[in-house]
Amino acid sequence: MWKRFFDWLDERLGFNGMYKALLDRPEPRGNWWNTLGSASLVLFLLQGITGIFLTMYYTPSPDHAYDSITYIMNDVAFGWLVRGVHHWGATLMVLVVFIHMLRVFVSASFKYPRELTWIIGVGLLLATLGMGFTGYLLPWNQRSYWATVVGTQIAGTAPLVGEFILRALRGGTDLSALTLQRFFAIHIWVLPAVMTALIGAHLYLIIRHGESHWPKQND
Amino acid sequence: MSEPISRRDFMKATVYFVGGLVSAAIGLPSIVYLLDPALRSEAGEAWVPIGKLTDMPEIGKPYPFSFTRVRINGWERTASTHGGFVIRRSEDPNDLLLLNSRCTHLACTVNWKEEEGIFACPCHDAGFDKEGRVTHGPPPRPLDRYENFRITEDGVLEILYKEG
Ligand code: HEM
Ligand code: FES
Repeated sequence: MWKRFFDWLDERLGFNGMYKALLDRPEPRGNWWNTLGSASLVLFLLQGITGIFLTMYYTPSPDHAYDSITYIMNDVAFGWLVRGVHHWGATLMVLVVFIHMLRVFVSASFKYPRELTWIIGVGLLLATLGMGFTGYLLPWNQRSYWATVVGTQIAGTAPLVGEFILRALRGGTDLSALTLQRFFAIHIWVLPAVMTALIGAHLYLIIRHGESHWPKQND
Repeated sequence: MSEPISRRDFMKATVYFVGGLVSAAIGLPSIVYLLDPALRSEAGEAWVPIGKLTDMPEIGKPYPFSFTRVRINGWERTASTHGGFVIRRSEDPNDLLLLNSRCTHLACTVNWKEEEGIFACPCHDAGFDKEGRVTHGPPPRPLDRYENFRITEDGVLEILYKEG
């Protein structure tokens, strides 16, 4: 019964072939370090889901951002859990993505034909850090406020364009409602869209080239 | 003797079982989280003063009143305005009719039209007579009444407002 149903679907969708190509790929001898990319992906999805859940209550306005976070933590059922997972997941993701990059470096997997995979990876690392930077401001408490003052100030020290970057980041010369709003937009729309595209390309290249072998003595 | 279960089937069953547990452990709290505001009970009641009876001397004349209730929704105080009409039916100070001015169709506010002698709803052209009965238009039932009211010692009319 189910088999006939799935066969019917598969005849039209062809997911079975896709499944074989995408997930049933040959891997070099298993190595736990090679799971870190998938771990990054899982964390990205987890951040996406918990983030969507948070926007159900969070409001990005200087008047209410802090109150809405307090509400999530103290009043909403399981709010502390959803925010906790998003908060610690963010830190963990930076860590995991970074170690993933280290393993790719150590195993020399960035070489031909995987240079593009590496370059896209660099984009993903920067985007991940950008998520951390923009997300940190959103609770609008003392710590996040001053961290963003300092962070944008650092960007402002770049020669020539620094002053302009500072104003573009803050949406003006001061840290204001405009800053909070644009950090929010970047955090939930711009960077997730960019990362989805980059991850798609990253994964395409990984499937295309297959997993690299760890270098041997005479490589 | 029953067939011994194969290693593969055992693994399959275990994966489905553990997977189901994990999905439930994540799924149920997620649903509760999303529906939290709808799951709260907002019951509560209060006596609300709406005016001195001596300011409503005329029998049969609808005197409008309104009051505002403030409630905390999430992280914000939300004020909502309610209103109605007091009609004295006789000299007896307790012989009062208190109509709610919220239209029973889709909740617009009705106004008293002296010339026509009806409460008119501007939204979909409905009318209610002095007793709150529908005279024309789409409302499915008469205007609601504030059934519970009292007159305090110093002659102030109060109604029992029920939240939720
Ligand atoms: C959001 C961040 C990232 C995600 C979701 C991600 C995802 C993945 C996945 C699923 C794999 C295959 C499994 C594995 O080899 O671990 C992979 C491989 C790879 N990643 Fe990433 N990655 C991310 C960041 C990075 C960064 C920061 C770099 C380097 C700058 C990088 C460079 C590579 C390369 C070169 C490979 C191929 C490795 C090989 O074939 O052995 N990735 N990535
Ligand atoms: S809301 Fe009053 S007639 Fe529709």
